[in-house]
Amino acid sequence: MSTELLRVEGITKRFTGALALSDVDFDLRAGEVHVLLGENGAGKSTLVKVLAGAHSPDAGRIVVGGEEVRLGSPQQAAKLGIAVIHQELTLVPDLSVAENLFLGRMPRRFGFVDRAQIRRRASDMLDRVGLRVDPGTPVRGLGIAQQQMVEIARALDTDAKVLVLDEPTAVLTETETDRLLEIMSELREQGVGLVFITHRLEEIRRIADRITVLRDGESVGVLPAGASVDEMVSTMVGRTISEQYPRRAQEPGEVLLSVSGLTRSGAFTDVSFEVRAGEVLGVAGLVGSGRTEVARAVFGVDRYDSGEVVVAGSRPRRGDVNAVMRAGLGLVPEDRKGQGLVLTSSVGENLGLVTMRAATRGGFVDRKAQRVRTSAMAGRLRVKTAGQDQLVRELSGGNQQKVVIGKWLLADVRVLVLDEPTRGVDVGAKVEIYELVNELTDAGHAVVLISSDLPEVIGMSDRVLVMSAGRVAGELAADEATQDAVMALAVSEAGWSYRDGFSDEWREAERDTPRPAPSEETIRDTTREQAT
Amino acid sequence: MTTTVAERGRNRPDLGKLLSDNGALGGLVVLVVALSIMAPTFLTPQNLLNVGVQAAVVAVLAFGQTFVIVSGGIDLSVGSVAALSGMVAAWSFTEAGLPGWLALVAGLVTGLAAGLVNGVMVSYGRLPAFIATLAMLSVARGLTLVVSDGTPKSTPEEITALGSTIGDYLPVPLLVMLLVFGLTGIILTRTYAGRTMYAIGGNADAARLSGINVRRSTLVVYGLAGVFAAVAGLLLAGRLASAGPQAAVGYELDAIAAVVIGGASLSGGVGRATGTFVGALVLAVLRNGLNQLQVTPFWQQVVIGVVIALAVLFDTLRRRTK
Repeated sequence: MSTELLRVEGITKRFTGALALSDVDFDLRAGEVHVLLGENGAGKSTLVKVLAGAHSPDAGRIVVGGEEVRLGSPQQAAKLGIAVIHQELTLVPDLSVAENLFLGRMPRRFGFVDRAQIRRRASDMLDRVGLRVDPGTPVRGLGIAQQQMVEIARALDTDAKVLVLDEPTAVLTETETDRLLEIMSELREQGVGLVFITHRLEEIRRIADRITVLRDGESVGVLPAGASVDEMVSTMVGRTISEQYPRRAQEPGEVLLSVSGLTRSGAFTDVSFEVRAGEVLGVAGLVGSGRTEVARAVFGVDRYDSGEVVVAGSRPRRGDVNAVMRAGLGLVPEDRKGQGLVLTSSVGENLGLVTMRAATRGGFVDRKAQRVRTSAMAGRLRVKTAGQDQLVRELSGGNQQKVVIGKWLLADVRVLVLDEPTRGVDVGAKVEIYELVNELTDAGHAVVLISSDLPEVIGMSDRVLVMSAGRVAGELAADEATQDAVMALAVSEAGWSYRDGFSDEWREAERDTPRPAPSEETIRDTTREQAT
Repeated sequence: MTTTVAERGRNRPDLGKLLSDNGALGGLVVLVVALSIMAPTFLTPQNLLNVGVQAAVVAVLAFGQTFVIVSGGIDLSVGSVAALSGMVAAWSFTEAGLPGWLALVAGLVTGLAAGLVNGVMVSYGRLPAFIATLAMLSVARGLTLVVSDGTPKSTPEEITALGSTIGDYLPVPLLVMLLVFGLTGIILTRTYAGRTMYAIGGNADAARLSGINVRRSTLVVYGLAGVFAAVAGLLLAGRLASAGPQAAVGYELDAIAAVVIGGASLSGGVGRATGTFVGALVLAVLRNGLNQLQVTPFWQQVVIGVVIALAVLFDTLRRRTK
């Protein structure tokens, strides 16, 4: 048995009354990958922050290399050989790779930065993580995956024996993920201990030596390598999930949303589709195929050049969000924090955002009535919160998403467009969101489900519309929609070129976060919890 | 407002809670206690009323500024707009021969117009609030000089009344300040316009995607700030019985400081009327107290700067430990 690098015992951490970690034990040996698994809000991030020295626990012991220590600050943790790669990378985009590698610890000669030494050592460090880039290139020019490697290389050079990776694969494509897992197993052979957090159970099956499962701040079990996906899920959510995609199909009724010939030069061309009452229309396609752009144009946030949108029989004025809303359409945007929520406001305020106008008489908001309604909605959605006055930013991803959906449920929209509704949402909350979709269609509403998660879009939709390069590439009925069929359509558009035919914003975004070619981009999410 | 404290289900009137929710209030209490001990003339009814009068102009500007800051903007022009409004009112009376009450209305309309121009520049012109209102700071001050031709103008009775005292002891500026305070609290907590300010300041994109007309709300915000600036300008002119071309120079910075001391966030979405009120009082108490202690105006500036920095520093620390 290899040496123990790190052990924590009985860690307890409390935040304003809420117990974030309760009596958690965890240990890490040299040369192993120890996965931390749990739903959002289960306490993984808190535990990572304790290990990183960012939070000091209220109770418990931390033992590093056989000695009990107090981790008062991230610097102290780093000194003890614990390095954390956070989801948000901490590189300076305009400095070179080499400069980033030595950020804050530039080797010096006669008071000047020793450039020769930096270049020499930088290549060695990059070799160790298998990254082949010129150390002189600015970090801005690297892809996300490469940037992660730079961070890892930097961490390893500071003699880190413990490497904590907090959801590194969430932002990676499949090939990039493969590469990262390879590097991880190489590091494991070199005797580094790795703590790995991920929501993708398939990755866990590929790399984990041990899996500690957290639920509601408690460690509920340690699973061995090779634990089945079912085992992991049931330990994580505390019950067995009978069906991952519990779609209850309805007999479709009248047409509630009809889009015909929608075109915006450079973004999407001649997009037409219909959604009927009681129906879920899935929209699949590669990232950049125009799905989100169409949704935003239909909702009236962005303009379109030609085409027609009819919502529940009426034609709202083009580009008028309010008119579209009044006609009965709601949009849950893909960027939950950036566009869905007012993070500085409370749960109740966020839930009441759409209906506030209707609750206003003579300029005054009937806040009492609003609170009654938002409180009932929070209860109905089972939003885990300390009360509706809790700030929405303190909730977990799944609960935040419920709030975004809830504000539209209160408005009683006829058609709800969900753009990536389960991105970054844990398994349990996902199923709850699917149940909401069922409730909506049971009640005769219609849902448009845009998702990059192929199993999800196939599992929850009655029909699947596939977009490719800004056009509708085809439509599949529920029984024809296999992953292969969807993907074949998604890359079908002749002359599909990743960079052609998209808006300037897209190109800009593209430049800021360089991504690999589309073939690698494809199906990036298909492995995610596919087997569950 | 204390009502929101009660609404949060913390029904006990808990002083500790109140203090920890309003960081600046603790500072104000400390300041008042310290000055009462150091300057025997401080804690007299007459002097406290003076503090109220001295706070009034900046407080009214700060209440208007609160709307702007809560909605994620900033208004650098309020001092100049106050001066312009006061001057237009005085000019309308002395030069244009309008009746006093109409001159007062003309002053208010001037403030509203200047605020709406700010709002149009920010919402439709997409100028950064800082730049748009910086431009207005210069334009409004310039217009004040143009209208006045560089000399002070006397004000009609209707405006001078705003600076007077009712029955020897109740100063009108104090009343106006309390009235505007109440109005600000009601607007921020109860009205649609006020609630949308929080949403827009917290996340303009989310507000727009929830059907809030962000442009129109922005117009309302800057329009309100303009009207409040006009009220402040009229108060100031009333107290001095004349409108001066160099009135209220630099007041916008005091107003911003009061709002921020009151716990509002310059990045938007956070701020309350009570906080701003306390912030304005902190500044006024400090100025008054330093005068009582016969600290020279030169040193006063130093002390006030330090207090502003400390107040915000403590507030940041308090939030972080929470």
